[in-house]
Amino acid sequence: MTTMQRLLQLPVNAVNIVKTVQSQVQGQEEDKSPVLTPDNAQHSWYSALQPDELRHLRSGGSGGGGGGGDHEERAPLEDGSGGGSFQSQPLRHDDLKEMLDSNKDSLKLEAMKRIVAMIARGKNASDLFPAVVKNVACKNIEVKKLVYVYLVRYAEEQQDLALLSISTFQRGLKDPNQLIRASALRVLSSIRVTIIVPIMMLAIKEAASDMSPYVRKTAAHAIPKLYSLDPEQKDQLIEVIEKLLADKTTLVAGSVVMAFEEVCPERIDLIHKNYRKLCNLLIDVEEWGQVVIINMLTRYARTQFLNPNMNESLLEEGSGGDKTFYGSDEDEDDDEEEKDKKEEAHAMAKRKPYVMDPDHRLLLRNTKPLLQSRNAAVVMAVAQLYFHLAPKAEVGVIAKALVRLLRSHSEVQYVVLQNVATMTIKRRGMFEPYLKSFYIRSTDPTQIKVLKLEVLTNLANETNISTILREFQTYIKSMDKDFVAATIQAIGRCATNIGEVRDTCLNGLVQLLSNRDELVVAESVVVIKKLLQMQPEKHSDIIKHMAKLTDNIQVPMARASILWLIGEYCEHVPKIAPDVLRKMAKSFTNEEDIVKLQIINLAAKLYLTNSKQTKLLTQYVLNLAKYDQNYDIRDRARFIRQLIVPTEKSGALSKYAKKLFLALKPAPVLESPFKDRDHFQLGSLSHLLNAKAGGYQELPDWPEAAPDPSVRNVEVPEWTKCSSREKRKEKKVEKPFYSDSEGESGPTESADSESDSASGSESGSGSEESGSGSESEESEEGSESEEEEEEEDEDEKDKKKKKKQELKKPVQESESEQSSEEERKHQRKMKQCKSDTESESEEEDSESESSHSESEDSESEVEVKKKKKAAESKPPSKPVKKESKKEKKEMSLLDLDDFEPTPSPQVTPVNTFLSNSLVTDLEGLSLSDAVLSPATIAPSSALKSYELLHRITGEGLSVEYCFSRQPFSPDANMVAVQMQFTNNATSETKNLHMEDVKLQSGMRVKEFPEIELLPAGETATAVMGIDFCDSTQAANFQLCTHTRKFFVSIQPPVGELMRPVFLTENEFKKEQGQLMGMNEITEKLTLDVKCRNEHAIVQRVTTAANLSRVPCGSDKECRFAGRTVNSSSLVLVTVATKEEGAAQLTVNCEKMVIGTMLVKDILLALTQ
Amino acid sequence: MIHSLFLINHTGDIILEKHWKSVIGRSVCDYFFEAKEKAVDPEDVPPVLQTPHHYLISIYKGKLFFLSVIQTEVPPLFVIEFLHRVADTIQDYFGECSEGVIKDNVVTVYELLEEMLDNGFPLATESNVLKEMIRPPTILRSVVNTLTGTPVFAEIQGVIEACVRLTGMPDLTLSFMNPRLLDDVSFHPCVRFKRWESEHVLSFIPPDGNFTLMNYHSRGHPVYVKQSISFFETGPSGRLDITIGPKQTMGKTVESLKVTIHMPKTVLNANLTASQGNYTYDLATKVLVWDIGKLNTQKLPNLRGSLSTQVGAPKPEDNPTLNIDLKIQQMAISGLKVSRLDMYGEKYKPFKGVKYLTKAGKFQVRT
Repeated sequence: MTTMQRLLQLPVNAVNIVKTVQSQVQGQEEDKSPVLTPDNAQHSWYSALQPDELRHLRSGGSGGGGGGGDHEERAPLEDGSGGGSFQSQPLRHDDLKEMLDSNKDSLKLEAMKRIVAMIARGKNASDLFPAVVKNVACKNIEVKKLVYVYLVRYAEEQQDLALLSISTFQRGLKDPNQLIRASALRVLSSIRVTIIVPIMMLAIKEAASDMSPYVRKTAAHAIPKLYSLDPEQKDQLIEVIEKLLADKTTLVAGSVVMAFEEVCPERIDLIHKNYRKLCNLLIDVEEWGQVVIINMLTRYARTQFLNPNMNESLLEEGSGGDKTFYGSDEDEDDDEEEKDKKEEAHAMAKRKPYVMDPDHRLLLRNTKPLLQSRNAAVVMAVAQLYFHLAPKAEVGVIAKALVRLLRSHSEVQYVVLQNVATMTIKRRGMFEPYLKSFYIRSTDPTQIKVLKLEVLTNLANETNISTILREFQTYIKSMDKDFVAATIQAIGRCATNIGEVRDTCLNGLVQLLSNRDELVVAESVVVIKKLLQMQPEKHSDIIKHMAKLTDNIQVPMARASILWLIGEYCEHVPKIAPDVLRKMAKSFTNEEDIVKLQIINLAAKLYLTNSKQTKLLTQYVLNLAKYDQNYDIRDRARFIRQLIVPTEKSGALSKYAKKLFLALKPAPVLESPFKDRDHFQLGSLSHLLNAKAGGYQELPDWPEAAPDPSVRNVEVPEWTKCSSREKRKEKKVEKPFYSDSEGESGPTESADSESDSASGSESGSGSEESGSGSESEESEEGSESEEEEEEEDEDEKDKKKKKKQELKKPVQESESEQSSEEERKHQRKMKQCKSDTESESEEEDSESESSHSESEDSESEVEVKKKKKAAESKPPSKPVKKESKKEKKEMSLLDLDDFEPTPSPQVTPVNTFLSNSLVTDLEGLSLSDAVLSPATIAPSSALKSYELLHRITGEGLSVEYCFSRQPFSPDANMVAVQMQFTNNATSETKNLHMEDVKLQSGMRVKEFPEIELLPAGETATAVMGIDFCDSTQAANFQLCTHTRKFFVSIQPPVGELMRPVFLTENEFKKEQGQLMGMNEITEKLTLDVKCRNEHAIVQRVTTAANLSRVPCGSDKECRFAGRTVNSSSLVLVTVATKEEGAAQLTVNCEKMVIGTMLVKDILLALTQ
Repeated sequence: MIHSLFLINHTGDIILEKHWKSVIGRSVCDYFFEAKEKAVDPEDVPPVLQTPHHYLISIYKGKLFFLSVIQTEVPPLFVIEFLHRVADTIQDYFGECSEGVIKDNVVTVYELLEEMLDNGFPLATESNVLKEMIRPPTILRSVVNTLTGTPVFAEIQGVIEACVRLTGMPDLTLSFMNPRLLDDVSFHPCVRFKRWESEHVLSFIPPDGNFTLMNYHSRGHPVYVKQSISFFETGPSGRLDITIGPKQTMGKTVESLKVTIHMPKTVLNANLTASQGNYTYDLATKVLVWDIGKLNTQKLPNLRGSLSTQVGAPKPEDNPTLNIDLKIQQMAISGLKVSRLDMYGEKYKPFKGVKYLTKAGKFQVRT
């Protein structure tokens, strides 16, 4: 058939014919069909009518805008009657039909390719259904595959015809080749034809017990398909899911969990028996399956285990956990919190000590290595699991992995940053060390920039705020104005959150008011308005400045903000306010609506406070408003006139007008949009959108009491008859039931599994098996055998448990669990298994190590100690306690290699050998074996001493500390704290030492050497070092005696965070010149009467802060200089005296927070 | 999970569509086109969009949008990662991932998509599983370092890419001279995590073909830049002076060195002299490109001269940032060195080879 012939049979619609032919021409051209090449003349003739012209003829108006092909796709949508609409063009695919009917496979293949190409481009090929479906039984595998593709696409539209193909698939289901069985099931289940539901059900059930795991996997995939086709089948499908959940191959695990999530996510009980298996298989499951399983297990764990942060979360609630967002508040709360903590901790200890369920631990341990996955979705899944399930101390490990994802594609960054933003609100410390990773690059897309800004704002605290603000300053110069606006908002939020920098930020923002870009100015005005609302009385000059801006600034929002400010605080600017109103009255008619409303407000407020000057103006404004076009404005004017202008009829309300208008308004709270988003499971679509997406499963709250953990115990299935070989292997490998030694056994094991599969049942499944199939099977075989061993193990354990339960009564489940574990440990020792000491120590970190700790390391450790304390008599101490301490020391030695002197120890040793909780414990300890012990200094009377522990709370032991102002020799970055212990009790106190140091990230502590013995009535002194990281945050720790532990905390006054330096006058002036602007803070003061001579000033300043005096030519000025202990930033203080006790205090310091706080302290010292 | 996929080109034409469940009409893409209109740059289109009945998750790669339609809750990263995998697979099959290539191979791409997802859930995403082909046993690895960062924050991002052509089930162990350099790593699933943790060697049974064995990053950068760009307060001109010198290159030459500067809009022209290479200033886009070529360590390349700015226009607020491209053959800037590669489990002797290469990704200097 030629093209001419086809043209002769003209259909009715001229447009259609053009398009039909054209689309064919296109198709032919693109597929380069050897059979039907149209002659060139025709081709060019038709291509004269190009899509542009056709577009006009199209009926629907949607925005695809492609070629003529679009129309055909739309046709069935408009007609809605499926195949019927195509009868008007019956000839279009005759050539294809012919080819499909031919005997040659090559022609069929060619035709199918062209048809699939049409489908891919979204063109309709449904009228070819009968011709295609005939070929479903075609022998040629290539053709068959394409026919399947076609069927899956169109079966739904041509249900009756589709039934013709069913018998072929049913035959395929019985094929000896597993791949054919699988693909038959796949296509059968993909055909969305309701009539065949029973057939599908049967096929799925059969495939679920197929011996090929690949077929079983396909069965798992088919479950949700059938469910969406016919939800009535749910119960039967759940049975299949239950069966497949018990499957022990990695290939099936991911798919069946996915089916579980889609069909019956509420049936959490189905997971119990498979929980441990899923945890153990996890690492070998393919990546997509891992994501689904991890997400499901997160939910599972939330229903089955106790909150590992139980104690802390109670505390948080007790003292308003989320409120203590920034330093100043924290400081105030600290003492209280300490007490609370103490009480709570005691109460808690009595009630129920938290012991993590071993299954909970198993999950955490087995997911952790997946943080190293190349797949961002897997990493995110593990991260959210840790965030939702792990004890606080361990969550930190995910930060590094998430930061790594920030180097990935921008879409990945977008999602990860959203999640990080939520996490930073709850766990700020976690990401603090990675602050720089969130710095913005000029090439980042705007949405990424804004998210990074959000994270930076969340991370801001008083220690890093100066760095962050400096970074923000560079951002303000960006060309991307949306981003600049967001930056200004961020500065505003930092200022509200961190009281110390509020003034600095405000000054910075005021400077921006003279920026060239109006948008920048406008945004600044809006933010300043919010900030001023917090303490308006201090800032009348800024309000004045802003009043001047009304002449220039045009952005309505900014104008409105200024007017509101002036109205609200008109008492602070009594002279300017009426003048502003006058100007505004003049321009009233030309203003935007929001500005007009604010003008009315301003007028009303001024009328109430200063009616003499503004009465006429107000009347005028209200009259203008009365005839405004906007009804809101007219309404407002009418309402306000009634309220404020007293008339005869005016009601009682006008008496209260002043109260109504000038009521004290609470300052706005600038909150992160990510606050409280963590009630959505992180990493989910719902979290990202901050709205519940369809099918989202709520993350349940932790249960109050743990449900019975024994539900996860597995009985031995009968078929696990262990061969002798397996027994041998069991002895060799020795796995506890949650072992993770997959990788350790390496090559040998894989060799084993290979031979295994050769002898196994699977080998019979035909030669056509693909490489991929066999590979995955082998790996699965391997894990299967492991699985069996595990069950063995558990079996043993179960028996033991039963014995025990006979003896005792079912005491506490966790206890018996532990004891059986101990027994296993014992066994292991007997068998002298060398292989995994490392993983062992990792495993047992939570338990008290009873026998292993006597290693060489710890012995030498003791020797060192002996030397150190040779002079002292050594009182005997309890062996148990000693041992536990030794163990820790030993670990700390291990740790020393990795210890870097950076100020962020919490992250640097993300040492995979140690669990994180240990690491935190060790931070303090790791330093403690430095041989140098600082000399004790006699307390000088000038130093102020603080109480650490009162005699009564300390049960006779009282402790005071002072900042000795001596350099701390072991570490120059630390502040020396001298402690004085007095034993007021009647009995002696032994083993005074500190433990459990809790610090803000970056801070470090060098403990004082243990005081072995403090006899009754005696006093002892010791020196410890604390690196406060130039912040005034408290160092919390426990002070332990041989009997008791006391929670104590040391908080430094800002003046102690520096050490004196000697500068000449010239040097001082030079340095001061470099610390201007934001780094300079000046305050006027009136000196205390007793403090008006130079000597007194010097004395008071040096008492308040550890500074040294700088020689000075003028007697009107006293200058002091110092450097902060940690970062060696210069601190320069100048006190200039004037007559009658007036003086001016200037502090120059690179660290703005330190500067601000120091000003306060010195001010206090000089005025009182 | 993933309901449908649309491949959309730069101009907004749908070049391919695939549905894994029932068909969703093309009109769903209109929401996406709307967002695309709003965005200045294709990169600025939000990856996740919400429409009344569907969620749209998209990536932008090879000047193409891969737009997937979602109906129920699914981790967004799951979809994004999968879409990238689709793009990578196309790249792997046809050498590049572009509109032309997809149009030429539309049937193959469609079949690939059919295989990669079943009912919207990933089925086979590994290139070797998809390819199922065997070639003569050769092995070649290349270590490629990508470098990112500014002097504010510099780090090296590296990948080890492997090309494996081995028959049977070889069990390979790759060890490094200096594994401690590796700061943070992520692996191909074939790598055994535990061996890495305990011995710092990569032990794996490789899939066939090209794949990324490992990603890592460490710190340091190979060149330093001394630059000053200043605009005068008065008068329509400014001055520019840039020198580039080598740093930690261990005697290897830095090649294909190129500096790109996006000048502020007010800069009309640049009158500069380059001691080495040549420069071009594109008046329309305001991009100054200085192509240096090989870095001469004897006489450091320098570019200086004056910039003329628009008369009357105020001084630009911020100085432009410099982007630097470079390449170093036979050296991994991270200093990472492969020590040995052993094979177990098969009897034949494989051919082994290593290629090191450094190239700059996003090297940005703030001025």
